[in-house]
Amino acid sequence: MAPQLPPSGVPVTPDRAGARLSLEGVGRRYGDRWVLKDLDLEVEPGSFVSFLGPSGAGKSTLLRIVAGLEQPSSGTARLHGSGPRPPMARMMFQEDRLLPWRSAEDNVLLGVRGRREEARALLDAVGLADRGDAWPSALSGGQRQRVALARALLHHPELLLLDEPFGALDAITRIAMQRLLERMWLDQPRTVLLVTHDVEEALVLSDRVLVLADGSVGRDLSIDLPRGDRRGHPRLVSWKEELLRDLVEPASAAPGAA
Amino acid sequence: MPEQPLLTKDREPRSDPTAEAGPPRARAIGRLSIGRLASGRLANGRLATGRLANGRLATGRLANGRLATGWIGRALPRTGRALGPWVVPLLVLTVWQTTAKTGALPPRILPAPEAVLRAGTDLAATGELQHHILTSLRRIAQGFALGAATGLLLGFGVGMSKAAEILLDRSLQMVRTIPHLALVPLMIAWFGIGEEPKVLLVALGTFFPVYLNTVTGIRGVDPKLLQLGRSYGLGRWRLVRDIAIPGAMPTVLAGIRYSLGVAWMTLVVAETISASDGIGYLAQDARQLLRTDQIVLAILLYALAGLFADLLTRLIERKVLRWHPNYRRPGSR
Repeated sequence: MAPQLPPSGVPVTPDRAGARLSLEGVGRRYGDRWVLKDLDLEVEPGSFVSFLGPSGAGKSTLLRIVAGLEQPSSGTARLHGSGPRPPMARMMFQEDRLLPWRSAEDNVLLGVRGRREEARALLDAVGLADRGDAWPSALSGGQRQRVALARALLHHPELLLLDEPFGALDAITRIAMQRLLERMWLDQPRTVLLVTHDVEEALVLSDRVLVLADGSVGRDLSIDLPRGDRRGHPRLVSWKEELLRDLVEPASAAPGAA
Repeated sequence: MPEQPLLTKDREPRSDPTAEAGPPRARAIGRLSIGRLASGRLANGRLATGRLANGRLATGRLANGRLATGWIGRALPRTGRALGPWVVPLLVLTVWQTTAKTGALPPRILPAPEAVLRAGTDLAATGELQHHILTSLRRIAQGFALGAATGLLLGFGVGMSKAAEILLDRSLQMVRTIPHLALVPLMIAWFGIGEEPKVLLVALGTFFPVYLNTVTGIRGVDPKLLQLGRSYGLGRWRLVRDIAIPGAMPTVLAGIRYSLGVAWMTLVVAETISASDGIGYLAQDARQLLRTDQIVLAILLYALAGLFADLLTRLIERKVLRWHPNYRRPGSR
């Protein structure tokens, strides 16, 4: 059920833009427990970075700090935009979080006035041109996540934060969503941070894969494979095995093991 | 960042940051309240499936070849569903008419339906009936408007602001424990038999259901949706308008529907005890003249009024909550 996507009409920008992210000594404490410890990280503008790690490794916390939904207990998180305005970050969650009392189109328009045409074009781009009037309860899980993606993209965020956005979808729908996401990312210059439990998803989509363990970065992989059909690539397969070993035996993912 | 008490739940450090998953609470409440869900294997071994969250009926063929619907019993044809609710009232009316006709039911106890109808037309001919009905309707409207408006206002205030909650909630909860009808003697002592005690009692009876349900509704709004709104740059006012109020609506409307019933009940008591017009006065006056036909007429008028009030709120619910699968008419989008 991969949606047949019309060309979005947006010219592909060769030199990618988006926000630069700098984390310096970022830590986050809940009670006595440090979920993130002294994290240093630079993310290049326009890159697609995925975070893997066991549950409770601080992936979602990191995303919420970057989104400004939480304050770090220590250190600083900075976003540098390409323009004069502070860069805008938009987040997509595992649950679609659509407002059930708004139609799909009005959900896309959350927090903006006017721009209805643009919202329709985005719904068209995610393959839901004819579902703009539908209530969220009448949409499937994959369709709802596509509405949520359109809603995030309407703001032209320079940073897109994805917290396991496809975790609740079935395998087929998930692959369709991954393709859609990659396509939208290739069309529009922006930095993407993706938190996922799916190692293959991270490897297929990302320029860089980070493994978080015990609140700090364990492994830091640059994925320099050509985009398009990475799925069967032998290097991807060997990376996948390595990463899975890391995740199953967190001890070997200590800094310096990579 | 400005103080946002609405969001306090969200800002407390969570011990487990992964505890994010789970169904939106607001939806779950709405679904439970309808009480139509039937799922699981029935005693006779057939599988009954319930109404799905998307409002479509889950269908599947039963062993005997019939379609399984959200109902445990067999599906009724359209005419059956339309006429079914009238079967019992018609039966009661028939039994009533026959027993009254044969004399088994003395008119002093319960006059025949036609006698009640005649009492109504007689009173309507002099214009008395219309006057009493209009008076009662006006009192209900005034009292309900006052009580519901205050209840909504304070309910939204207490639901959204920690300061308002600390200031008001305890006091209101204390007043709530007083049965409002216990204030009837005091009201009469203060206002005599004027309009004020009736309108105020109705307002008081209306206030608490609306207030409590509004507070509950606001508290029940999915904190994840509020977090979403905040991360999408919604200001405080738009969080309230776009997320808190629509999210609270199912519960608020349930409170309003319930409070309408309380309003009528209060008016009956108030008008029966002290009034010089209104439906309750009609019944009270008829009692002194031993006109059981008029007493029964008054009771039936109350029943009709309650029925219309309920229909009205159902219509409003269907309109306001048309996004909600449980309130949608079958066949709409």
